[in-house]
Amino acid sequence: MITLQQMLWLSGALFAIAVAGIFINRKNIILLLMCIELLLLSANFNFVAFSRYLGNIDGQVFVFFVLTVAAAEAAIGLAILVVLFRERRSINVADISSLKG
Amino acid sequence: MSLNPNLLLWIALLPLVASVIAGLFGRFIGRQPAALVTILGVGASCVLSLVVFKQVVFDHAPVFNDAVYTWLVSDGIRMSIGFLVDPLTVMMMVVVTFVSLCVHVYTIGYMADDPGYQRFFSYISLFTFAMLMLVMSNNFLQLFFGWEGVGLVSYLLIGFWYTRPTAIFANMKAFLVNRVGDFGFLLGIAAIVYFTGSLQYSDAFAAVDRIAAEHITIFGGHAWSALTVICICLFIGAMGKSAQVPLHVWLPDSMEGPTPISALIHAATMVTAGIFMVARMSPLFEGSDTALSFVLVIGATTALFMGFLGIIQNDIKRVVAYSTLSQLGYMTVALGVSAYSAGVFHLMTHAFFKALLFLAAGSVIIAMHHNQDIRYMGGLRKYMPVTWITSLIGSLALIGTPFFSGFYSKDSIILAAEHSHIWGAGYAQFAVLAGVFVTAFYSFRMYFLVFHGKERFRDKPFPAEQDHAADDSHGHDEHGHEAHKGDHGDHGHAHEPHESPAVVWVPLVLLAIPSILIGGIAVASMLGGSYFDGSIFVNLEKHPAMEHVAEHAAHPGTMGWHAFLTLPFWLALAGVVVAWFLYLKRPELPAAIAARLKPLLWVLERKYGFDWFNENVIARASRGLGALLWNVGDKAIIDGAAVNGSALTVGWLAGIVRRVQTGFLYSYAFWMVIGLALLLGWFLVGRH
Repeated sequence: MITLQQMLWLSGALFAIAVAGIFINRKNIILLLMCIELLLLSANFNFVAFSRYLGNIDGQVFVFFVLTVAAAEAAIGLAILVVLFRERRSINVADISSLKG
Repeated sequence: MSLNPNLLLWIALLPLVASVIAGLFGRFIGRQPAALVTILGVGASCVLSLVVFKQVVFDHAPVFNDAVYTWLVSDGIRMSIGFLVDPLTVMMMVVVTFVSLCVHVYTIGYMADDPGYQRFFSYISLFTFAMLMLVMSNNFLQLFFGWEGVGLVSYLLIGFWYTRPTAIFANMKAFLVNRVGDFGFLLGIAAIVYFTGSLQYSDAFAAVDRIAAEHITIFGGHAWSALTVICICLFIGAMGKSAQVPLHVWLPDSMEGPTPISALIHAATMVTAGIFMVARMSPLFEGSDTALSFVLVIGATTALFMGFLGIIQNDIKRVVAYSTLSQLGYMTVALGVSAYSAGVFHLMTHAFFKALLFLAAGSVIIAMHHNQDIRYMGGLRKYMPVTWITSLIGSLALIGTPFFSGFYSKDSIILAAEHSHIWGAGYAQFAVLAGVFVTAFYSFRMYFLVFHGKERFRDKPFPAEQDHAADDSHGHDEHGHEAHKGDHGDHGHAHEPHESPAVVWVPLVLLAIPSILIGGIAVASMLGGSYFDGSIFVNLEKHPAMEHVAEHAAHPGTMGWHAFLTLPFWLALAGVVVAWFLYLKRPELPAAIAARLKPLLWVLERKYGFDWFNENVIARASRGLGALLWNVGDKAIIDGAAVNGSALTVGWLAGIVRRVQTGFLYSYAFWMVIGLALLLGWFLVGRH
């Protein structure tokens, strides 16, 4: 039997990996996007874990919605990325700092 | 029968309506219709004024003192437009509208060739409106409105020929000097509001005793009687408007304006506003002997010393201008010795004969092709009979020849000065007596030089014929030279001067009639009788001068015959004889005398240095102060420190803060996580 605690550990680990990915990766913007997806995933994992623990289906229903929205978001994000690449000929994060004050 | 407020309203508003039509639509309706509409407006106003005059004086209508419109009420102070119509007011209304009407008619001829024809008519009608508002007012606010209104029109008209630098200088000077006076006036009004909480004359007069008991501490802890301070402040306003020393400097320069204006505004009506105001405020002035003495000394100084300046002027209009100053001094002396009715009476007679003299001077100027130098005139009586006779009448009235109108008013003032016991009365008496001689001398000097003696106008080529554009130094008053190039053949090439057209000489005749008669007719009731009883208050126990005047004035015939035995008559005669001797009999003498009296002449030619002092001390100090405030206050503190300084500070601060905005996603994410960690840490740890 997998306990709630184990699942939360996994979720926490996923989150930490994602954050580390954002910090460590300074080159590839696609990796960045993937890390953000991973963050979302860890949050969803929490939903499922608590849903199961509490015997309440609501959390799992919620996850469906979140995943749907996340898919749409990822599609838009990738589309923006493609346009950005056409414009800049680069997906290097270090090159993209137009908002520098 | 009581007065109809609508009638009063129309008297004031008709000139305004005419002015608006002529001013705003003058371009569309043309020259003559603009003149016609303003003349109709002022003429109707004049007729209605006469109707009101009849109602008040002959039908004994009760005094009208009521508001016709409330503008606003603020903190219990009611600001309204209201009329106070009593014998003093109706007299002023008739004088103002009548002289204004004469000047309107005269202007048709005088300004016939001027491109600013409609504008001119619009201004003088506007002036009539403002002056009527001033004299008819029953509260200080409206008085001040009229006061500033006439000042504005005066400014506009002095600078009527605005392309001339001298005119612009003169109108600026008039405006600035009047600001000094108006500042005092405003302070006086403010003090009245402070003590009474009301702008109405009646409230101020009712509170005289209460104000007299109060004290104001100004200038280093010296406590002044509040009433004295109020009266002196009000009189400073009168000094500006009525051109009393030392605020007189603008009036001679105002002769830059067209001659009809000099007659209407700078001789007959506007400059007497100060005299009228003090007479109207007589209940206040009666309460303060200090203020009366101040008034008296200023008036006496103006009467005598401005007369001296008239002697050395060569510009025909300036001679009359200095004469106006001197006569205003006489009126002020009358106010100072509490003979307010004598002052106002002189105001009225002076309005007629001085307007006459100015318009006659204008007629001469037309004949001389806008050469104003009396040294290049002479012998004109053959050529301009009407102008000659009317000028003679005006001059005789001015010097106080018995039975002329000026005699009754001037002699009453001299009489009042003799019988006054107030501080400074001795000096005033000397000044007005000496002034009689001076007045007679400069008046007849001008008269002889212009109308008698050798015909000198051929000695010098006329600027208007020689070169239309060349502005001769004496040709101050040529109106619209361009017009001379065109259809001006009737006197464009004739060397012989000739009488002016009827629109010019008819007003002269109209004004000559009251100049002779009005004094004898009115003196018995105005000074000897009870005409001013309800309007002017005199404390006869303290200031008995007016009683003596009234005794004489009650019998005008006797007063006239008696004059032949008194000093003023002989002084006037001496003045005329000396003028005759020096300028007709022995014309070479004046130059010799001038050579002997060089230092005196030096002082007179510099007009006692008032202009020098104003320009080099006051104006320079003001400009220096202005430059200092501009450089330090405005440029350094406000612009430098406050405005640019705060902008620079924000910029500098932003320069530091902007470093946080790296533009890199990971650093934003980093800060987010740090923030999240801090918040969570506070949530988990800090709460326990």
